[in-house]
Amino acid sequence: MQTRVNDFVIKIANVNGTGSASANGLLMKAIFRMGIPVVGKNFFPSNIQGLPTWFEIRVSREGYLARSGRVDIMVAMNAQTYASDLADVSPGGYLIYDSTWPRDRELARDDVTLIGIPLAQLVNAEFENIRARILMKNVCYVGVLAALLDLDMAVLGQLLSETFADKQKLIAGNLKAMQLGYDCAKAQHSCPLPLRLERMDATAGHIMVDGNTMAALGCVYAGATVGAWYPITPSTSLMDAFKDFCERYRVDPESGRHRYCIVQAEDELAAIGMVLGAGWNGARAFTPTSGPGISLMNEFIGFGYYAEIPAVIFDVQRVGPSTGMPTRTQQGDLLLCAYASHGDTRHVLLFPADPAECFQFAVQAFDLAERLQTPVMVLSDLDIGMNDWMVPKQRWDAGYVPDRGKVYSQEQLRDMQVFHRYSDGDGDGIAYRSLPGVHPKGAYFVRGSGHNHRGDYTEDADEYQEVLDRLRRKHDAARALLPAPVIRSRKGVTTGIVSVGSCDAAVREAMDVLAREGTEVNYLRVRGFPFSPALQEFLDRHERIFVVEQNRDAQLKSLLLLETGVDRRKLVSILHYGGMPIDSRCIISGISAALARGAAA
Amino acid sequence: MSFMQKPKVSHSQLPKNALGLTSRDYEGGMSTLCAGCGHDSITAALIQALWELNIAPHGVAKMSGIGCSSKTTAYFLAQAHGINAVHGRMPSVATGANAADRNLSYIGVSGDGDSLSIGLGQFVHALRRNLNMLYIIENNGVYGLTKGQFSASADLGSKAKKGEVNEQPPIDPVITALTLGGSFVARSFSGDKAQLVPLIKAGLMHNGFALLDVLSPCVTFNDHEDSTKSYAHTRQFYHPAVHADFVPARQPIRAAYDAGEAMPVELHDGSTVVLRKVSQEYNPKNRAQAYSYLHEHQKRGEIVTGLLYIDEDQREMHDISHTVSEALRDLPHAQLCPGAAALDEIQDLYR
Repeated sequence: MQTRVNDFVIKIANVNGTGSASANGLLMKAIFRMGIPVVGKNFFPSNIQGLPTWFEIRVSREGYLARSGRVDIMVAMNAQTYASDLADVSPGGYLIYDSTWPRDRELARDDVTLIGIPLAQLVNAEFENIRARILMKNVCYVGVLAALLDLDMAVLGQLLSETFADKQKLIAGNLKAMQLGYDCAKAQHSCPLPLRLERMDATAGHIMVDGNTMAALGCVYAGATVGAWYPITPSTSLMDAFKDFCERYRVDPESGRHRYCIVQAEDELAAIGMVLGAGWNGARAFTPTSGPGISLMNEFIGFGYYAEIPAVIFDVQRVGPSTGMPTRTQQGDLLLCAYASHGDTRHVLLFPADPAECFQFAVQAFDLAERLQTPVMVLSDLDIGMNDWMVPKQRWDAGYVPDRGKVYSQEQLRDMQVFHRYSDGDGDGIAYRSLPGVHPKGAYFVRGSGHNHRGDYTEDADEYQEVLDRLRRKHDAARALLPAPVIRSRKGVTTGIVSVGSCDAAVREAMDVLAREGTEVNYLRVRGFPFSPALQEFLDRHERIFVVEQNRDAQLKSLLLLETGVDRRKLVSILHYGGMPIDSRCIISGISAALARGAAA
Repeated sequence: MSFMQKPKVSHSQLPKNALGLTSRDYEGGMSTLCAGCGHDSITAALIQALWELNIAPHGVAKMSGIGCSSKTTAYFLAQAHGINAVHGRMPSVATGANAADRNLSYIGVSGDGDSLSIGLGQFVHALRRNLNMLYIIENNGVYGLTKGQFSASADLGSKAKKGEVNEQPPIDPVITALTLGGSFVARSFSGDKAQLVPLIKAGLMHNGFALLDVLSPCVTFNDHEDSTKSYAHTRQFYHPAVHADFVPARQPIRAAYDAGEAMPVELHDGSTVVLRKVSQEYNPKNRAQAYSYLHEHQKRGEIVTGLLYIDEDQREMHDISHTVSEALRDLPHAQLCPGAAALDEIQDLYR
């Protein structure tokens, strides 16, 4: 086999609850520390212990961060899935298995090299404790891979000592187990394999982090003080991270008391109610959730829209409909979120593509929510939220001042004749608000029922329409405030791709592959809703546009048809919705096939 | 049109409170409820209590949901912010508002439909959290705005206006609150202002969730014979178990009480509520006894009223979450943002 340096995929098949996640994280981080671009995807069950789980590590010297669709090295630690794991290996690949027990001879492939290592035997000889034996087997295969791939053992040792800095006893055991695997592989096989690692300098200035952590960090930096939530996969780690950061950075040094308040609500209905209550009362408040939570929040989201109350909602999307597949990824909530709630409603959405944008958009979401006085939803997904991505280290602008929007001060209220909550004095669709407790003249009555520009109850058609039309103007005005689309385009190219969120890495890789094959395509990634005028221009400029997204019903395409003047015959959908993160292959084959059909016709 | 400006008539002779305000300054818009509605009497009691307590009107946040009762927050304190949340969800909005600024006074007004049917979940969870607010349920056993369906508090065997008999057991907010650890549990009657006003005051000053269930007959749909929530029935079976006298902070307790009968409870602002028990066997500081007393008397069809249970030592939401004493919404960004150097430091953990 041809030598492939820093360009292959390792997949580890295991049983959940055995502690494999930390071993796999160790492996991935060590590659990253060797300066080699790497990405890890965790495919885990909605379960605590005993079901199959996989971790896929892609090493890519080119820096491609999407799944490639290949498996070059399979570490088959789960007898339950052995047959299908073997079938998954790409031709010419390798399969590492635990040779402590006899393997079914039937299960072999001519085009896959099998490498047996007696992992359990090695570990059992060294460790007495049952739990330790289970855990150490995982670290042992990391040692095996280190030998086979030329992974730097010193880097692994350093990582271990950082991980267990306060548990010295664990370091020795882990190092021992790793060394056992390393030595055994060295003794029994010719190392390294033709697939191997070599130090690079391509990860400087980068971090390996998940989107939920970065979104939480954004909330801390934006100055959010109230967080309300109901636990739901895959959003739970966002509030966990917020709490951790707050415990470190938000405790009053003198009193030891908290400059934040996290409320675990009884359900998502209450969570969004709390966020709206806090937003109405002038605090920056947010709730992390997923699709089922958004479904429950619909009534309140409409209330927030109509009563004009700032709120930030993180929808870490998972597979629907209904409970769906809670630990799999999808972009299935685009339409739900764009028009959430009954009546004429439309919302401001932000679409981060990776953890770095989760941080940036979290901060922007609070500014937008207060500027526009409306709920703002940040739509990431399980792939972005829970997997570790390699992203540039973020910088903080020390000059950042939160945009608290149009809020009358005590002095302004004192000096005015009369305050009308929903009057469009500036002509931009945004009225001034007042906060409770500030001044008697600021008092008004918030209602989800029909109201006029003064904030009074109304059933009068003209008065009702005046407010509703202003809300539409306000939403249209939001276009200019949202992050602009990211466009990669060259003059003269007539085929385009429009995509969103976590499809980004796969789209970029597909574009490079297609370009090498002679097919040039341009690309626009949507980052906000309502759509930027730049999107309309892009749609106008191209003869054929592929809309790449991760849902069955082409929801982004539907939004393009509803919200732009695009000719529907120009749009071709490329859809990926099985729950695994999209890979470049499906985009390449989708585009190639469509272009071939076009050429034939 | 169901909102009317109330004409401002100034009477120079009206007495002023310590803030120099008359009771007129505590009024709101004109009520659009039916003439004789119990809810309007509760609104009047609220106005009196707030005026007497010298609470600045704009220092109050009025919280409500949907229904006849929830409309009443528009009928007092015109100078205070009010919010009409979605049906049954006022407790969560109040929780968030209180999280943002713990220093305002929160008054929630809800009904039996809003709190015991659609909003039962939110009601009991706000109670469990011991959210610092006065929570009034204007309880009439019936849906008024949708014209007369039974609510979850309708008594077994009670008859609707058109003769239908309620066959499902009622949810009693007082029993519910006692069972779930409520720190202030009271019941009163819209027709007994003398009892209601001190209960409102004590509830406002209580450090935690003060539940005040007020029987408030619906004159249009539930004030007939065979209704157990009518004026006549309530008056007949009314059983005050404990009288509450509210004594503001820094004022001596003047009234003479018989030893053994009076039970003073100091509230967190220094004011005192003196509980006078009608019956020797009753102890409003003992949850189990309060529960069995209620149970015994309710079996006889009696409506037990008064400040039925109080525990001033239970910690409220902010005490439990160790929040700073200032309003979170007023903290300067510099106190909230860890800054550029810290961001660098944090991210280095992900190298």
